[in-house]
Amino acid sequence: MCLAIPALVKSIEGQEAEADMGGISRRISLWLTPEVEVGDYVLIHTGYAISVLDQEEAEETLRLFEEIAEAMEQAR
Amino acid sequence: MKFSSEFRRSELAQGLISRIHRRSKTPARLMEFCGGHTVAILKHGIRQLLPPTIEMLSGPGCPVCVTANADLDKAMALARVPGVILATFGDMLKVPGSYSSLQESKAEGADVRIVYSTMDGLDIARQNPQRPVVFLGIGFETTAPTFAASVLQAEQEGIRNYYILSQHKLCPPVTRALLDSGEVKLQGIVCPGHVSAIIGSRSWEFIPRDYGIPCVVSGFEPLDILQCIDMLLTQIESGISTVEIAYRRGVCPEGNQTAQELMDQVFEPCAASWRGVGIVPQSGLRLRERYRRFDAELAFDFDPGPTKEHQGCICGEILRAVKTPRDCPLFADVCNPEHPIGPCMVSSEGSCAAYYLYEVQGSTFKVPGFPVDRLLD
Ligand code: SF4
Repeated sequence: MCLAIPALVKSIEGQEAEADMGGISRRISLWLTPEVEVGDYVLIHTGYAISVLDQEEAEETLRLFEEIAEAMEQAR
Repeated sequence: MKFSSEFRRSELAQGLISRIHRRSKTPARLMEFCGGHTVAILKHGIRQLLPPTIEMLSGPGCPVCVTANADLDKAMALARVPGVILATFGDMLKVPGSYSSLQESKAEGADVRIVYSTMDGLDIARQNPQRPVVFLGIGFETTAPTFAASVLQAEQEGIRNYYILSQHKLCPPVTRALLDSGEVKLQGIVCPGHVSAIIGSRSWEFIPRDYGIPCVVSGFEPLDILQCIDMLLTQIESGISTVEIAYRRGVCPEGNQTAQELMDQVFEPCAASWRGVGIVPQSGLRLRERYRRFDAELAFDFDPGPTKEHQGCICGEILRAVKTPRDCPLFADVCNPEHPIGPCMVSSEGSCAAYYLYEVQGSTFKVPGFPVDRLLD
């Protein structure tokens, strides 16, 4: 029930926005994330953006996974 | 970056799984608090990818499942009040209370409407100014701020026919109650991702501090969960317990402060009744004095009648992580998704439903791209 899905913010009008969720356009509320800007990826929970996703952190995490995968491959 | 498929890459999963196998030495019982994690773990067959030393237990993190029958009965009774439109998230429709479900109330003529968001609840109230609209407020800290926002928006717009039945629950207090009971011994906790997006990872600091148990906040993709388990193992093997985040793209230590402020403006903590756990102080949310006119419990005269438990159902013990669905004699027999006895079989995030869907029906065990045999060297 705490499901939240990443979506790309396309346009903002007041406290609402249009977001793209895997090709589907949805009206979302920005009441909980007034800092959102067009082009941000946000986590949507029951129609509300609850958090702005951090691209740098995501890339950093994936880099770490790549390092682990390489290290494990070498250790085989 | 799509923030989803990147975190399902099997070659990266292999690295994490190998490392987990290499590192895991002592037996470890980990509890995933959140029902969303239970579903993800079963769906992606993660339990089968882990070494036998690691046991994953499901916790109380399914808001639908933990709602006590007495509270469910209130929703059914409110739906029967003449003129009332009861708005609810779809998950609640089939959940059996003491005597019936909202689905049955709807079949008997109650105006029950399934919506996706409190924004839709406000829309219904705007479109039906002559009728009271009651939104069934079920959910944890992830959902409660959306209800707070809807109350503030209703006030701003002067919408006078919008009410909520607040049955929101808070995750840290119930986790403390579980740990205090001493019923289940845990070596690590997979902390909920989206609850933590709101309350921040620091809300879990009391667990390593007071109980010495490692905590890692996890996302919901397979790589997130594997990273979380790997980080928990690092803490367990090193003997140092702390709170870490395996979901840094979405969660920070402070959480979403706007959401916390809205929640705090509209709601105050109160005692709440959890299925299986009982009354936990300060673990629920009720409307503050200033917003009481939105409180459906005070606005309507209704009688839910005496409450009754589901015979033979062990949902309560499953929610306390002391039993698994397979321990229930009714599981997959009398009780199945077509004919659910308890809420854990109804909710899409209930442990019984998830076990049934992914283990009994066998739609997992073989996850494409997760070549288990190559990993076990
Ligand atoms: S299998 Fe059914 S009866 Fe048994 S605990 Fe789960 S929901 Fe309850």
